[in-house]
Amino acid sequence: MAGKVKWVTDIEKSVLINNFEKRGWIQVAENEDWNFYWCVIHWFQFVCLKPSRNIIARMSVQTIRNVFSVETGYRLSDDQIVNHFPNHYELTRKDLMVKNIKRYRKELEKEGSPLAEKDENGKYIYLDFVPVTFMLPADYNLFVEEFRKNPSSTWIMKPCGKAQGKGIFLINKLSQIKKWSRDSKTSSFVSQSSKEAYVISLYINNPLLIGGKKFDLRLYVLVSTYRPLRCYMYKLGFCRFCTVKYTPSTSELDNMFVHLTNVAIQKHGDDYNHIHGGKWTVSNLRLYLESTRGKEVTNKLFDEIHWIIVQSLKAVAPVMNNDKHCFECYGYDIIIDDKLKPWLIEVNASPSLTSSTANDRILKYNLINDTLNIAVPNGEIPDCKWNKSPPKEVLGNYEVLYDEEMAQSDGSDRDLRSRSGQSTGTKGNRGRDSGKPVLTTWK
Amino acid sequence: MLEQDSGLSLTIARIVQRLKGSSLHSQLERQARISLHNPEIKLESLKEDIKDFLKTSGWEKKLQNAVYSELNVFPSPCHPAAPPEHMKEPLAYMRKAQGSWEKRILKSLNSMCTELSIPLAQKRPASEQKELLNKWNEMGTDEPDLSLFRPVYAPKDFLEVLMNLRNPNYENGEQLSFRNHLGLIQVPLKVKDIPELKEDFSELDLNVGQLGIDDSAQVPPEFFENEHVRIGQKVLAEQDSAAAQQYVRQGCPTALRADLWALILNISNQPEDILYYEQLKSNVIQHDLLVDSLIYKDVKLTASNDDYYFVFEDYLYQVLLCFSRDTSVLEHFAYSSATPPKSYIRGKLGIEEYAVFYPPNGVIPFHGFSMYVAPLCFLYHEPSKLYQIFREMYVRFFFRLHSISSHPSGIVSLCLLFETLLQTHLPQLFYHLREIGAQPLRISFKWMVRAFSGYLATDQLLLLWDRILGYNSLEILAVLAAAVFAFRAVNLMEVTSLAAAEAVLADLSTLKVMPLLQIFLFATVT
Repeated sequence: MAGKVKWVTDIEKSVLINNFEKRGWIQVAENEDWNFYWCVIHWFQFVCLKPSRNIIARMSVQTIRNVFSVETGYRLSDDQIVNHFPNHYELTRKDLMVKNIKRYRKELEKEGSPLAEKDENGKYIYLDFVPVTFMLPADYNLFVEEFRKNPSSTWIMKPCGKAQGKGIFLINKLSQIKKWSRDSKTSSFVSQSSKEAYVISLYINNPLLIGGKKFDLRLYVLVSTYRPLRCYMYKLGFCRFCTVKYTPSTSELDNMFVHLTNVAIQKHGDDYNHIHGGKWTVSNLRLYLESTRGKEVTNKLFDEIHWIIVQSLKAVAPVMNNDKHCFECYGYDIIIDDKLKPWLIEVNASPSLTSSTANDRILKYNLINDTLNIAVPNGEIPDCKWNKSPPKEVLGNYEVLYDEEMAQSDGSDRDLRSRSGQSTGTKGNRGRDSGKPVLTTWK
Repeated sequence: MLEQDSGLSLTIARIVQRLKGSSLHSQLERQARISLHNPEIKLESLKEDIKDFLKTSGWEKKLQNAVYSELNVFPSPCHPAAPPEHMKEPLAYMRKAQGSWEKRILKSLNSMCTELSIPLAQKRPASEQKELLNKWNEMGTDEPDLSLFRPVYAPKDFLEVLMNLRNPNYENGEQLSFRNHLGLIQVPLKVKDIPELKEDFSELDLNVGQLGIDDSAQVPPEFFENEHVRIGQKVLAEQDSAAAQQYVRQGCPTALRADLWALILNISNQPEDILYYEQLKSNVIQHDLLVDSLIYKDVKLTASNDDYYFVFEDYLYQVLLCFSRDTSVLEHFAYSSATPPKSYIRGKLGIEEYAVFYPPNGVIPFHGFSMYVAPLCFLYHEPSKLYQIFREMYVRFFFRLHSISSHPSGIVSLCLLFETLLQTHLPQLFYHLREIGAQPLRISFKWMVRAFSGYLATDQLLLLWDRILGYNSLEILAVLAAAVFAFRAVNLMEVTSLAAAEAVLADLSTLKVMPLLQIFLFATVT
């Protein structure tokens, strides 16, 4: 009884629609029976899911609360899947991500895990991959203390709930963020309303420059389940270059074209080019680094990048609602500094599906294609009771990043180095449970 | 026997003369003088002891590399009595054709100059100099108005000239039949056939390990790659140019490529080289040349729009602007069929004392010229080293791709080689394409002129250029061009127009170079 998969989406993007149509799936409206829902999460707007299949309810997006909460008594049926985890914001909201990682580190430290080892300065050796971050206004005083230790440092203010570089600005003086001071009489600090919450992070002012330009990495990671953790890394990530030369000079702090690599911002710069869109493939990056810096440090860099992605997922895995109807494709933003250390900047739940160039369109089309092949096996009506273990052939451009089940079943450290030349480097199933003393081989 | 000896002694004399004035010579002298302080050096056996010292301290190797470099670059003198033009180009009709071509280019440049009322060269005012110095690392953000400038010529203009080349001494009285050459190039130069190529490129054979084939994901590295990397490291440790050249025939590991190429090209980036580059930079700051605008325009049109190279736009300006002021490049005209254009100080037309070469390096850039530099940016991020590598690549190889000569690596021979290979081994395809008005050379010419830069993916291009350095020849470009046609032959047989043929061959970015070459040379049934 193989009926056609019925899909709903709340965005009109050709890379999505083309993929659905080529599988012969049928578009339906959100209040009808559907099998597959691809939605974009705007902060604070959750998708409307029918509480049960027998009730047709249309809820205004504005009044939606967490539909997955027990109170509404929802139930998705076994043949319905959605492209987000209910509380993905634990990873994708900037403040919660930092909070979860900090908690994860403390837990490991308490357990005495070697992963939580610190160096003589008190910095985590293996888990220091997020720049020092504070929530505002909650941690304002802590932030001031840290700021005063290095008064010449630059910090970046990011609104918790926005994306595409909106609302971000740089500061290098305390006066610039007076508003967020809890003691300030002039502050309009009313409540812990998430809308006004910001995170402030130490700005990485020594990014790795190529051709004198700053860039960041966008990598796609697909998570099919959090417990056990099973995640895949898309081989074809890309670098986003700033159109203007990077300068750490303070006069240019306001020039967002210098500092922010989001394409949404760069697109409006004078020098934006619509043929390449300021984007480079990760394989170009790899070729450049291997040629100019050597193979070992390049492999180490990519290993570290994979490491921090897996660690970030492990950090949120315990608190994540591992709903079996869910999968998620994240957009990871990573910056590499000039010592070739990668830093996790943020994780996006709904990475942009807009294509800025022809190459881009092809990449995103293939990304969705491979994602669907893994999440909806054989393109048939899903059964979310399946074991979520796709055969190797359907992975496409994805590679297994971490498979907790397989890692646990291996006694020894089975290091499957897949040498795919220009790809993202060492891959394979690793025995990476905390407590296993195999970090040296990873690193 | 006598001729061979005199040829050899001529070569030795020439090399000695060239090296005598070089910095290596003074370094060797200084080293020898310093070594006198060593206790091992004894007065009785002074000469021998110093020679031994130079050997063990690696200086002899450096000298060896320098000699090897000279041998690679300069052709051996054909005959003691041959006039210097023969070292440039032995065939008179080729010299004549190159001369006319140069006149045309210069005319075009001069007329652009007059039209736009821009002098060929002028000194920059102090304020402009300061501005340029500040902006040196980001000239890409400059947006000068280049709309009135046009490239002096494009590859297809050059192809038209080559098509009309004829040897006046060659009488081909036969009727035009299938046995004749069907291609666009109609000069009787000797080109190699596949058996000869197989011999020349024996390291590309099926049973020899290659990077680009035997390092793919499916092949365990123990079979070839690990050992090859180990040998590469050894070659670098020995600092032996000749060994490096032999080694790279099987491809360079990415991490070793930059150093290996520098070793083969004998580039060591000494302080005096860096100083020389800085001097060129200050020349750029002080004087503005018309060709600068041509360079800007070329970079903006080509590399800035390229998926791989746009990142390095600023480096390209830094290299090319300095390149056009580098008078040391004039030396290569001794063995190139080209002659640098001469210009005269205003008002002194025809008076030799007021003649200057224009541009100072004698090379007028054409559309796509910056693509010679772009791939090198993946290997060298230090401007002065990048500059030297490019300059050496130009005076060894690239200059042959845009001048008319009979040299086996010259563009004319490459075109003829390409056409002959295609006609001999894919006659049906060649005939079909010719019939529909899609002469194969019309499509492959631009690939060869640019040494495939901008057409192949960078990692593949670098593997190809490994072999150019390894074999010290550009013939591989023609072989690859033919191999590409062979690869897409099935699709090409179905097209019915030049435009459709172009479309089939428009995107080479997914091609894997080494398998194509290997199959074409060693696995095709002839």
